Amino acid sequence: MIAIVACAIAAFAAQTPQMPATLGIGRPAMPAEISAWDIDVRPDGVGLPPGRGAVTEGETIYAARCASCHGKTGKEGPNDRLVGREPGDAFPFGRDPQRPKTIGSYWPYATTVFDYIRRAMPPNAPGSLQSGEIYGLVAYLLFLNDLIPADAVMDATSLPKVVMPARDRFVPDPRGGPKSVNPRSRP
Amino acid sequence: MKVSRRRVLATAAGAVALGRTAAMQSPAPAPAASDPSKAPGRPARTLGQRAAFEKPQRITRGATGSQTPHQDLYGTITPADLHFERHHAGVPEIDPRSYSLLIHGMVERPMMFTLADLKRFPSVSRVCFLECSGNFNRAAPPETTPQQLAGMTSQSEWTGVMLSTLFREVGARPQATWFLAEGHDAALLARSIPVEKAFDDAMIAYAQNGEAIRPEQGYPARLLLPGWEGNSNVKWIRRIELSDRPFMTREETSKYTDPLANDTARIFSFVMDARSLITYPAYPVTLTRGWVEINGIAWSGYGKIQRVDVSTDAGRSWASAKLQEPVLPKAHTRFRHLWKWDGGEAIVLSRAVDETGYVQPPRAELLKTRGPGAANYHLNPVTGWLVRSDGAVVYNQEAWG
Repeated sequence: MIAIVACAIAAFAAQTPQMPATLGIGRPAMPAEISAWDIDVRPDGVGLPPGRGAVTEGETIYAARCASCHGKTGKEGPNDRLVGREPGDAFPFGRDPQRPKTIGSYWPYATTVFDYIRRAMPPNAPGSLQSGEIYGLVAYLLFLNDLIPADAVMDATSLPKVVMPARDRFVPDPRGGPKSVNPRSRP
Repeated sequence: MKVSRRRVLATAAGAVALGRTAAMQSPAPAPAASDPSKAPGRPARTLGQRAAFEKPQRITRGATGSQTPHQDLYGTITPADLHFERHHAGVPEIDPRSYSLLIHGMVERPMMFTLADLKRFPSVSRVCFLECSGNFNRAAPPETTPQQLAGMTSQSEWTGVMLSTLFREVGARPQATWFLAEGHDAALLARSIPVEKAFDDAMIAYAQNGEAIRPEQGYPARLLLPGWEGNSNVKWIRRIELSDRPFMTREETSKYTDPLANDTARIFSFVMDARSLITYPAYPVTLTRGWVEINGIAWSGYGKIQRVDVSTDAGRSWASAKLQEPVLPKAHTRFRHLWKWDGGEAIVLSRAVDETGYVQPPRAELLKTRGPGAANYHLNPVTGWLVRSDGAVVYNQEAWG
């Protein structure tokens, strides 16, 4: 009986192929295909394209493409408020639900502003802004938040160097999981 | 098993008496031909439809979201057309014939996969919940339904290819610790995800409840991260880039972070903690005295639901509810508890406990850590319903802060 079972298992095993390291499905991605889609920008500046934009150039583009949703100076809405600092660069957001999470008060990385505009703004024509225009817009928004001077120019070198007030306010999630069983609540 | 028509009718009458579903409460359609046994029924058709009497509906939250009508559902699977939606630039229409998924970055072989390619890989199916991390309303008034309170969690059987299979195909380098997942919507929505999750249980899903994924859920393919906040389960996925650090996108920094009372904010708080929702009795039901089967769903992003406690005396005492088997990890689990309502005012609560021993916290405990300014993300307090002495059931409102 045991021998029969053993035979059956062996036969079954013989019929189940090992999963190969690769299956040979799909095709190599061409460098041009990758660069056409690879638009992300990291905080260290990797991914930032050539080009540059000044605060004054951004001001013009902002008025034409952004102000109708974000307000004349980035504070008026009706959509997300972009401009404003907390007194002393405090971070009272857990205590006060009324505080607006602006670029100057809440965003930890300046590069994210570039990345997001390039991805998604303006909502009625995403992807329509050129790199230089985006650099200019980022410069203008950082200027309005008192983070760079009025004569600043943003490019792949200068943008990653802008240190945001909220950069060190973000902490890893401490709630843990099955590997760190905690019999109490982890709120 | 043969079920007599009389019994079916009696059950239906009971459901009406209990005011079980919203559909049952809307004006009844004109009576059907009085006796269906006296005339032939309609012929077969190529696509089924709900009974004319059943009209469950999502409710929309502006243009960017809609909620599942939990009070109208049974068991644990959400019909695909009632699965909640949340999108950041509308629902794109993607032709599956031109769809491709690019995987590149810290890999040996950057590759493109068509939808047909993805379907050629060994496939897997799993049932799990998907919940928006903003699935709570601090300011919910008494007139709040389960759909309005927690309608941004839904459950499906998902089918697709394990992300680990694809990562082996492209040769993910050991130095890669994060990957960017990017959708093909008008927001090119992007999130950074730890590679660890890819080798745990992440999938690229192309099917939902036995058919192609619905457009609102990411047609033709989406990232599925069982147990993790909805936003990180990137829909309409077209690109994955492996890296040795997170990308710090707008969503994961300025939006889906959780401010705390101590002047910091949690970042990359992916896992949805244990929660439960009583779906009956709930607003706008009116109870009649006698036996009531309290029931609802409980779920945890950390694994299986171990227990659900139910209280009918505002939390002074708790009893363990019955759990519907099979209890699956990271999945809505139906719980039921029989209760005899004697006509007095009562507060009915539920509290989930998951397999890690985590106990769904009371609101005060969450408030202490998260602060009164907490965003609506990852709020999972014990909630329940107030049964008034006239039988009217309303949301048991508790002030936040």
